[in-house]
Amino acid sequence: MNEFLQQVINGVSLGAIYALIALGYTMVYGVLKFINFAHSDVFMIGAFSAFYAVQKYPSVFVINSWPGGALVIFTVMALCALLGMVIELLAYRPLRNKPRLSVLITAIGVSLLIENLAQLQFGAAPQHFPDLLPVTIIHLGNLSISSTKIVVIGVAAFLLVALEFIVRKTKIGVAMRAVSFNHQTAALMGVNVDLVISFTFGLGSALAGAGGVLYSLSYPAVEPFMGIMPGLKAFVAAVLGGIGNIPGAALGGLLLGIIETFVKGSHYSTFTDAIAFAILILILLFRPAGLLGKVQIEKV
Amino acid sequence: MIKPLLEVQNLTVKYGAITALHNVDIRVEEGEIVSLIGANGAGKTTLLRTISGLLTPKTGSVSFFGTSIVGVSAHKIVRGGISHIPEGRMVFANLTVDENLQMGGYLLSDKRVFAAERDFVFSIFPRLRERMTQSAGTLSGGEQQMLAIGRALMSKPRFLMLDEPSLGIAPILVRSIFEKIVEINKMHGLTILLVEQNANMALEISSRGYVLETGRVILTAPSSSLRNDPKVRSAYLGG
Repeated sequence: MNEFLQQVINGVSLGAIYALIALGYTMVYGVLKFINFAHSDVFMIGAFSAFYAVQKYPSVFVINSWPGGALVIFTVMALCALLGMVIELLAYRPLRNKPRLSVLITAIGVSLLIENLAQLQFGAAPQHFPDLLPVTIIHLGNLSISSTKIVVIGVAAFLLVALEFIVRKTKIGVAMRAVSFNHQTAALMGVNVDLVISFTFGLGSALAGAGGVLYSLSYPAVEPFMGIMPGLKAFVAAVLGGIGNIPGAALGGLLLGIIETFVKGSHYSTFTDAIAFAILILILLFRPAGLLGKVQIEKV
Repeated sequence: MIKPLLEVQNLTVKYGAITALHNVDIRVEEGEIVSLIGANGAGKTTLLRTISGLLTPKTGSVSFFGTSIVGVSAHKIVRGGISHIPEGRMVFANLTVDENLQMGGYLLSDKRVFAAERDFVFSIFPRLRERMTQSAGTLSGGEQQMLAIGRALMSKPRFLMLDEPSLGIAPILVRSIFEKIVEINKMHGLTILLVEQNANMALEISSRGYVLETGRVILTAPSSSLRNDPKVRSAYLGG
């Protein structure tokens, strides 16, 4: 029982990160109907910007402190939002009325470009990610939980709720959902569709940046290709929940994180990745709309 | 001379190599209901989409109160007072009725103006108030058309373009929708350009009409004479 609970917490903590990344995939899919493969590289850039921020400006981004850690996450989110909007502006906007396949291939190109530029700039060897936050072990009955896990879960939960609020209750959020339904009709309402798409990229990329920092707190090694696997997993999570569906992405992320953690803790630990992708294949075969795809028509 | 509300001159629109509109001239005066009739593929929808900025013409001009709006993007044209209700209603099925109206009033920044405008829409279509929290995708065809019109009215337009409001709606509702269109025109002074396959109905409520055939205006006259024109009768009014 104890081990079970411990694993659930580990799983939720990993799943929360998948959920943060998955939201970016699903939101961009909602408004532009394509998979932004460069999304996982924004995640990687998020981790690296935190890494360099504390290295270059140690007096501003103080490691091992709560305010310092919060400031790092906030700065990284802003930087990644900007990066996402620049990628959209330079790579995807010129292709707005071109076939979706062109955009998809461009996304793969952007991803390769960022990864290789990062390798050139940061080097290929993994580097140790600093301890942004003070770590304590919290004892809860027979459970011992690292404070990092609590932080990861807490920050992710806060961001999910904030996102839900933006999408549901704000004007730009309603506009995002309108654009996801139909660009031209949204334009007929006076909505600047390009602006809404740019905002969507910014929002998704900020979450990916936060995901990058949180991931590095749990797995403290940064390298230029670190985004690929979590990115693919998050993509699986988005499809599992129903691509284009925001609550679906969150649910898919959590489920996948928990399943993975349990597989890792079993005799079949070497199959962890295989099982994640087996889930993708199964969901595409038997429920291509995803878990929440049909129940909820809501798309962003 | 008073400038017409809308003046389309020499408009040619192409989809790739296919010409959808050939040198079309249309004029709408303030306060009128003008109908645009013609068969499928005659270019009626293309004309509306060009006026609202969704399409860019090859040549020709579109002026609204004497100002050229060719090349202005669609979301800015709405700001000028043109509201276009697209074919098939296109209500945001994934949003609630209220959120649809919010989108219609996207350009209204003042909350009180928005509330007043919404009350105005509810006074025309009381049904929408009852359905406020319902997802628009679950409305009936007639209710969706009411929502589409209400949503278009939210931007406080001076000129309303309706594309096939009778499409896919129960015949009994069609008449009531048309009565609402007349009400909006007569009581609230909105100028209306009406595209319809249901030519009988359209000519009944409009003052003038244009007949479009394969991308050209082949006839324009007061609606009453169009209704009595033998050629129009046999082609569009079922004999």
